[in-house]
Amino acid sequence: MPKIPLPLTILFGKAVREAAKLRGGGSALPGLFVESIDRDFIHRCLSQLPQGVVLISGTNGKTTTTKMVVELLESQGLRVFTNRTGSNFTRGVAAALLGDITTGGELQADIAVLELDEAHAVHFVKTVQPRYTLLLNVMRDQLDRFGEIDTTAKLLQTVAEHTSDIVVVNREDPRLLKIAQDLSNSSVRYFGLEAGLRSQFPSDDNLRSALTDTSDFPPASSLLHAVKGHTADFIIDGKTHSVTLKLEGVYNIFNAAAAIGLVTAILGDKTDINQLTSTLESITPAFGRGEKLDVNNQPLELVLVKNPGGFRLGLSSFEPRGYATMIAVNDNYADGRDMSWLWDVEFNSLKELGVASVSGVRAYDMALRLQYDEIEIGAVEPNLSRALNQFIKEYPDSPKRIYCTYTAMLALRRELAKITDVKAIS
Amino acid sequence: MNIYGDWGNVLTILRRAQWHGYEPVLHEYNPGDAFPQDVDIVIGGGGQDAGQDKIQADLLKIGPRLHELADNDTPMLVICGLYQLFGRFFRTKDGHVIKGIGVFDIETHGGPERMIGNIVTKSSDFGEIIGYENHSGQTFLGSSVQPLGNVIKGAGNNGQDEYEGARYRHVIGSYMHGSLLPKNPAIADWLLEKAAIKRYGDFTPTVIEDRFAHEARKVALNRPR
Repeated sequence: MPKIPLPLTILFGKAVREAAKLRGGGSALPGLFVESIDRDFIHRCLSQLPQGVVLISGTNGKTTTTKMVVELLESQGLRVFTNRTGSNFTRGVAAALLGDITTGGELQADIAVLELDEAHAVHFVKTVQPRYTLLLNVMRDQLDRFGEIDTTAKLLQTVAEHTSDIVVVNREDPRLLKIAQDLSNSSVRYFGLEAGLRSQFPSDDNLRSALTDTSDFPPASSLLHAVKGHTADFIIDGKTHSVTLKLEGVYNIFNAAAAIGLVTAILGDKTDINQLTSTLESITPAFGRGEKLDVNNQPLELVLVKNPGGFRLGLSSFEPRGYATMIAVNDNYADGRDMSWLWDVEFNSLKELGVASVSGVRAYDMALRLQYDEIEIGAVEPNLSRALNQFIKEYPDSPKRIYCTYTAMLALRRELAKITDVKAIS
Repeated sequence: MNIYGDWGNVLTILRRAQWHGYEPVLHEYNPGDAFPQDVDIVIGGGGQDAGQDKIQADLLKIGPRLHELADNDTPMLVICGLYQLFGRFFRTKDGHVIKGIGVFDIETHGGPERMIGNIVTKSSDFGEIIGYENHSGQTFLGSSVQPLGNVIKGAGNNGQDEYEGARYRHVIGSYMHGSLLPKNPAIADWLLEKAAIKRYGDFTPTVIEDRFAHEARKVALNRPR
């Protein structure tokens, strides 16, 4: 196929984007379109950025961490291009580019920060070399798509090997640590946890067995030292900074350590640390990641759960007392079709108050799981909108929390948008 | 080895034993541990190819004990990785041979692609068996074992013949996660029944409310692969 001039690709792409918007269609369609007419589109757009491309990958926390990194870099005066949609496939990047690029083909940004899932990240680095890469974790997620955790780790190894300058790595993750220690082409910086906090972050390998020895960990340039409620102490390049966050959940606070590690790696000595920590204090959770909505003057929180590690962290981060709890589990492609993962989550923390409502395509799998932890269930209603409305009606005076898988979350947000203010995912 | 929700099988045995009026005691066995003296049921999990290599030496060491238990009609359930290693051997794609303990007369060969997805089989003892498979090993049954079920939907042992899983005396091997036992309470109760009869000469089950399992099975039956 002859090469289409970039402005033409952009023009066609933008047209498809508008058409898709009118139809109310998915955010990825225009991306898919430009990728099909111009396979070099992303590379051509991103290669003009003076500070290059930053890639964020891993199983859990990509969206929240990307949001933080973008806001932190912006606070340091950089213009940032990102794929905000959480559509972490390459076509999502292409779609986001279509939104931001001028018809003349100019991207008004200094740096791109992109979240990509492991499989798409590998695909991506073969056309666009990232200058910086942040690897968050490798956990069991969508094994039905990638096969095994070790396969997923290999994908991330390829991503790390294709990074030109610095790879920032979670030293607490044994598979990532190994990747980092084997790297030769780029330098490595670590983020990590104070030893005392490690028990709150079990890995898949020790879901049911003792923690491995961690005494010979490499030093971390960004370390989460202590957490008390919303206040966290980070040790950044050897100095302690106490920060009060708006983020919910210990795991999001650990993601903040990852974001700090990455941003300081990018900016080096030019980092304005005071600006960095004060910006961190104002960052709100990404959509569906502990996002707080208002329903009839009561808060309603959406907590995205995609895999056992994330679900366990969610349950240990959010106090069930004072809340009515709903769980919504779908098994669409983006959720993962295998329900085995629910059995690697312990629900004991919900025992005292029970679960008000269980919903989603796999509501009965979830109910079955709760039955075996002997947890009381109010209602099982697979239909999400019926379940949501019942839930809201039955608990008018109570704060609510919904643990939901990805497509269940999207459906619930659509439903919630009818009755309250829900920030659009654009 | 516990990667694919195999804890669900252990939990199901523990809870259903309690619900039937027994007081089960769980011994978690990891490589290097002393093998428990008093065993009524053995449950073993899946794992990754790398994990399998790690447990192989230990498994061969306790192999004679497992053989003895199997031949004494101790009920066992082994899933995926351990199912393969209860066979004669697992030959990986690159020709590396992991020797098994040979409780099952089966052999497994690393295949070119993973067989992944919802699976339904049929067994004369347990009816429809519903789960989720995720394996690249292709397992073939020898003449002295029976399959656990005949595949209705999905790949099964190897994607070629119609069989899924294997049975030898009271030992069941299967590729099915999901987890297997909570979604297939008939198999869980069969294991408990065999264990109770062996120890006490009798099994008097109570009626367990399996409505959620029943509904979850109905949904799973109609989900895409």
